[in-house]
Amino acid sequence: MRNLIDIMHLSPEEIDALIAKAEDIIEHPKKYQEACKHKILATLFFEPSTRTRLSFEAAMYGLGGNVIGFAEAQSSSTAKGESISDTVKTISCYADIIAMRHPKEGAPLVAAKRAGVPIINAGDGGHNHPTQTLADLLTIKREKGSFQNLRVGMCGDLKFGRTVHSLISAMSRYEGVEFDLISPDELKIPEYVKNNVLLPQQIPFTESRTLHAVLPRLDILYMTRVQRERFFNEADYIRLKDTYILTPEKLQSAKDDLCIMHPLPRVNEIAVSVDDDPRACYFKQVLNGKYMRMALILMLLEVEI
Amino acid sequence: MIIGQIKDGIVLDHISAGKSMEIYHVLGLDERACTVAMIKNADSVKMGKKDIIKIGEVIALDFDVLGYIDPGITVNIIRDGKLYKQERLALPEKVVDVIRCKNPRCIASTEQELVHEFKLCDREKKIYRCIYCETRAGDGPGK
Repeated sequence: MRNLIDIMHLSPEEIDALIAKAEDIIEHPKKYQEACKHKILATLFFEPSTRTRLSFEAAMYGLGGNVIGFAEAQSSSTAKGESISDTVKTISCYADIIAMRHPKEGAPLVAAKRAGVPIINAGDGGHNHPTQTLADLLTIKREKGSFQNLRVGMCGDLKFGRTVHSLISAMSRYEGVEFDLISPDELKIPEYVKNNVLLPQQIPFTESRTLHAVLPRLDILYMTRVQRERFFNEADYIRLKDTYILTPEKLQSAKDDLCIMHPLPRVNEIAVSVDDDPRACYFKQVLNGKYMRMALILMLLEVEI
Repeated sequence: MIIGQIKDGIVLDHISAGKSMEIYHVLGLDERACTVAMIKNADSVKMGKKDIIKIGEVIALDFDVLGYIDPGITVNIIRDGKLYKQERLALPEKVVDVIRCKNPRCIASTEQELVHEFKLCDREKKIYRCIYCETRAGDGPGK
């Protein structure tokens, strides 16, 4: 039985297969509309996330399956003090597959060790968010045609931004990829990402505090939100949240085929007026996320179509 | 200083100078009735100074724990006054319930009866990371 806890648990070949499956679903949605008939997905969201939860639910309904679950810890037995292990052992009796979001890092791994059904990590604190990375990868593939020889800019909260860490790990496996890491000093990429991923593989990267100098050379710009819930201190959050705002004026110096991405939700780091720019791909990412989750559910449930 | 020979027991040799007391406690020797001799700062050709622990009984040792604390240790098992077996320790691939994860955001900080497990990520630099949150042993969050 397979789980998806960390994007690095999927080989590049498996990611290629998921992308191929997602593209087939996009081309032939009717072929898959009963693929998971009579199967049940449980969405266990111990932390609020409307977007990811609805994406999983839409994915399962798109495959003809059913969905049960909860959207916040207060409406689960965790509020009564139940452990993760007991919760997932119980839910395994009702569902064929579980998508789980939890504020504690490593919670989905604990679940995977105890549950009798496949577990999908739908985000664990500031740690991993592999299905967002799958959405990001499908978007890059569809916009750029390949993962090779791309200059990727990551901007904003690179310390707590789990989507950033996962995407760096995943993209580092492809040839000719370079990174420009743009953030305030307080939110720089953690040392372990540099020491475990970038440096051992000799991936070229730069670190800077401003966007304007690197923007003209980027093929992909991945913006992130400075997240309130990752701060222990409200004053630090308020001081840093407006540091990087992308506007049409700033984008004048960017390449014509730049792909602007954002895991969403945004607060104000991308001006709404950028949405009309053909280079804005963040809403395509949302849709791609649903298709990749459909492909993933099929893979983990071993459904062949 | 003369410490008597052991008939049946264990000699932990080549302990880094100053670490014998930590090992004494980790192995629970303070709770055992057997004879234990600790030698601190003994002269060593190889190490300059070293510690030695002699245990007057063959007890079960967790080599993973010992190897994590001090991978240079040599374990000598003595039977009938003779060297029966010698093992040189190395850093274990994982350590279970020896170190605790200090990341307050880690599931290990709240989940009931969850073992704290760390895996070896860099043998040269002796870096272990929590299997749940990947925090480095000894560090707080974000490391």
